[in-house]
Amino acid sequence: MNLISIFLSGFLTSNVVLNKFLGICPFMGQSKKEKNALYMGVSVLLVITLSSIITFLIYNYILVPSKTEYLKTIMFILVIAFLVQLLELILKKHFHKVYKALGLYLPLITTNCAVLGVALLNISSGYNFMEMLVYSVASSLGFTFVMYLFSTIREYLDTKKLGSFSGTPIALVVAAIMALIFGRFTS
Amino acid sequence: MKTILNGIIKENPIFVLTLGLCSSLAITDTVEHAYLMGLCVTVVLIFSNFIVSLIRKLVPENVRIPTYILIIGTFVTILEIVLDRYVPALYKSLSIYLPLIVVNCIILGRALTVASKSNPGISILDGIGVGLGYTLSISVIALIREILGSNSITLMNDISSLTGYIAVYKNIIPGSIIPFSILKEPSGAFLTLGLLMALINKIKGGKHESN
Repeated sequence: MNLISIFLSGFLTSNVVLNKFLGICPFMGQSKKEKNALYMGVSVLLVITLSSIITFLIYNYILVPSKTEYLKTIMFILVIAFLVQLLELILKKHFHKVYKALGLYLPLITTNCAVLGVALLNISSGYNFMEMLVYSVASSLGFTFVMYLFSTIREYLDTKKLGSFSGTPIALVVAAIMALIFGRFTS
Repeated sequence: MKTILNGIIKENPIFVLTLGLCSSLAITDTVEHAYLMGLCVTVVLIFSNFIVSLIRKLVPENVRIPTYILIIGTFVTILEIVLDRYVPALYKSLSIYLPLIVVNCIILGRALTVASKSNPGISILDGIGVGLGYTLSISVIALIREILGSNSITLMNDISSLTGYIAVYKNIIPGSIIPFSILKEPSGAFLTLGLLMALINKIKGGKHESN
């Protein structure tokens, strides 16, 4: 039961993009086309899940026993940067088709706040391993879902003449309306 | 002086370059959080620009990004330790957005575009300028959100243990206006920033309409 509520909060009510404001840069930058949004979403799903597992293990089995919790920021960002590079190499070598589709988006993920943000949230919420796993998958699915919805709206808006609102301003207003709707899932 | 003004107006990180939006939306719930976050980012930006510019000839092209992230991460960690020790209340309210300065695109962006190409003096000035531009922009967003959302201005609350003063002003707009509580919520942050950007586009006058 608890796992289900963690899933729902990660996916809908405290969505990483609309409620925690993580990953706004790719959300604004990469969401102009439906296809880009989906590819970015899949890459993020992969990286968030893997990096959450690794950072969780590192934090609880290396940093906590050696009382060096203050190193978590620098440790986590190293893990994420390393993981992204590794993933890029593996995909390039063995899954060339996937690499061709995702290759452009992977380097951008290192500086995606959502990845580091979810890793840090896992720690600060005090989740155990199972809860951590559910939360990471749910929040990355939530990211993909919202980004896909958003990109479809933006593709439509791009066909309209909006004057000084065109581009980022209208995107932010759309995001505001979406955040309002997603926030109401709680009550 | 020109470098500093450039960072505040022509290359304003939030409104012109639209970088670092994550933190600008998340911590603009009170004015206090906004300007203190701006201060943190400015400090990290100045130091990282300085170091990056000092070692700019030593770093090979293909390990530039990891090196810069490591430098930024070091300064953020130092800042975290200092804040946790001296102003724990602030450390708590900035929560995960303080470590997230590491992935703030502004800092990495300045390291790649300015600090890795110019001498330490210019890099420091650029850090000050862009940092101030960032601080001013998010303070404006926070001011609008706090006045209209909760009808108050918080200048010193979390850091009152350090300064000895508490400065929280209530009832800025007297009378019986109902605060727009939507501005306190996450959606209010998106809305405020969106409307401000539209306003700035309008003032700049039709330059963007052609794209």
